[in-house]
Amino acid sequence: MNEITKDLLREISEWDGSFKGAYNIRENGQCAGRVSSKNIKIESKKDQPGLEIFIAPGTKDETVSIPACVTQGGVDDLVYNDFFVGENADVTIVAGCGIHTETGEPARHNGIHRFFLGKGSHVKYLEKHVGKGHGTGIRSIDPVTDAELEENAVLEMDTAQIGGVDKTIRTTNAKLGAGAKLYIRERILTEKEQTAQTEFHVEMNGKDSGVDLISRSVARDNSHQSYHSVIVGNAPCTGHSECDAIISENGKVDAAPELHARDNDAALIHEAAIGKIAGEQILKLRTLGMTEEEAETTIIDGFLT
Amino acid sequence: MLRLENISWNTPEGVGVLRNLNLTVPDGKLVVITGPNGGGKTTLAKIIAGIYRQDSGKIYLNDTDITDVDITERAKAGISFAFQQPVRFKGITVRKLIELAAGEQMPLSKVCDIMSKVGLCAEEYIDREVNSTLSGGEIKRIEIATVLARHSVLTVFDEPEAGIDLWSFTSLIKTFEDMRKNINGSIVIISHQERILKIADEIVVVANGSIQAQGKPEDMMKVLTENNAITGKCYKQEALF
Repeated sequence: MNEITKDLLREISEWDGSFKGAYNIRENGQCAGRVSSKNIKIESKKDQPGLEIFIAPGTKDETVSIPACVTQGGVDDLVYNDFFVGENADVTIVAGCGIHTETGEPARHNGIHRFFLGKGSHVKYLEKHVGKGHGTGIRSIDPVTDAELEENAVLEMDTAQIGGVDKTIRTTNAKLGAGAKLYIRERILTEKEQTAQTEFHVEMNGKDSGVDLISRSVARDNSHQSYHSVIVGNAPCTGHSECDAIISENGKVDAAPELHARDNDAALIHEAAIGKIAGEQILKLRTLGMTEEEAETTIIDGFLT
Repeated sequence: MLRLENISWNTPEGVGVLRNLNLTVPDGKLVVITGPNGGGKTTLAKIIAGIYRQDSGKIYLNDTDITDVDITERAKAGISFAFQQPVRFKGITVRKLIELAAGEQMPLSKVCDIMSKVGLCAEEYIDREVNSTLSGGEIKRIEIATVLARHSVLTVFDEPEAGIDLWSFTSLIKTFEDMRKNINGSIVIISHQERILKIADEIVVVANGSIQAQGKPEDMMKVLTENNAITGKCYKQEALF
């Protein structure tokens, strides 16, 4: 494992020289370390690049980390990871991806993750993306997340991409069974000429299923973001999506939420707000002794926390 | 001590709001500025905080000329300002905002002390975001808490009673009474409220862009309720509610 990978791991995961629990480190498309635990088995896929991760039913309070790092230009890494979460398991999955290039060649990671959550299981999924290095090569991260939640399963997704990635297309699809809940917290900051596109498609097929999707983003400089969410209620269910974006300089944001109620007892809500930082917010923080620049940084940091 | 000399301010359209106004706020005193709506009270408060820039006149804080000092530097010099309509911040918690105001991280006990002064239980609020889930009364009290967290030589409250429910108002009066007892620096309150007027060291009536009358509460209350020529009818109704 090279030094760049170690630096990236510190940023995208809770790596401090080692991992707590099961893990697999992917470095430039190769495995740089793997450990399974008694309850969490990590195996290589036989037909495709990627992993199959089996979490035993009833597993409690365990963590599995599967970070991926691309440390040089000219790498186009594609990986398929499948997670099979047993009934009533309660675990944390730490994913995340770091891209580093010092050359003019592009560097890309495309992680396709499928989650199969058994009845009553609970997964906290943490995903942090960073881009590093001085190279002019385009850093791209294009994650795809497909999740199927069985009865009363709960998936909490917390994803963050705070600058450094030139181009990203993030796709999340989910199907929810009865009583299943999906919570998504997405935070994105783009700057310079970066682009970010997020797509959500959530189908609530079971009675009393629910989704709460909150996206907060900041588009600075000449960056461009687009947000598109589709929430379909095919059963008595609750759906809420909220897209808040701050634009500054020449930043541009498109937001296109869609709600589809296909059941009389589907209750779906969308909220969206796009705008620059309110002048009153800057004024308030200046009356606390901050400069205008400090106030802007504080507002954006708080917004994305 | 705050001293304003010949302060004038016009709207961008050229309408005169303040006209050669002179005011001194002595150290350790609570001065309540009152008067009819549109008379220039909030403009005056914002000029003191540096939010508006006067067209002419001079401002001194403890004999230092701060006329050309901006909002940030006035705040650093010890001027605090509680907004009439507090702004909300998505993602910033109540605790974070109070710590930003204080300029330091705080143990829970210290945050509790400040929150209790505005009648809020810290444990219920510190992790909440300062967003639209807070009621008008809650956000107002948190705004006042941010000002109390600062080490101010001069604190300006712009209509602290506006948009706040009766229960919150009772607790607010108690806060001001406590501040009055333990005054550390000067306090200026823009208010229409009789109960706030009564705890002042001095009441100043601003109308038509200048000071129409000033004096101690015991002398001024009679003037305020009887002299329409000074205060205007709309003020009289508000003052007596």
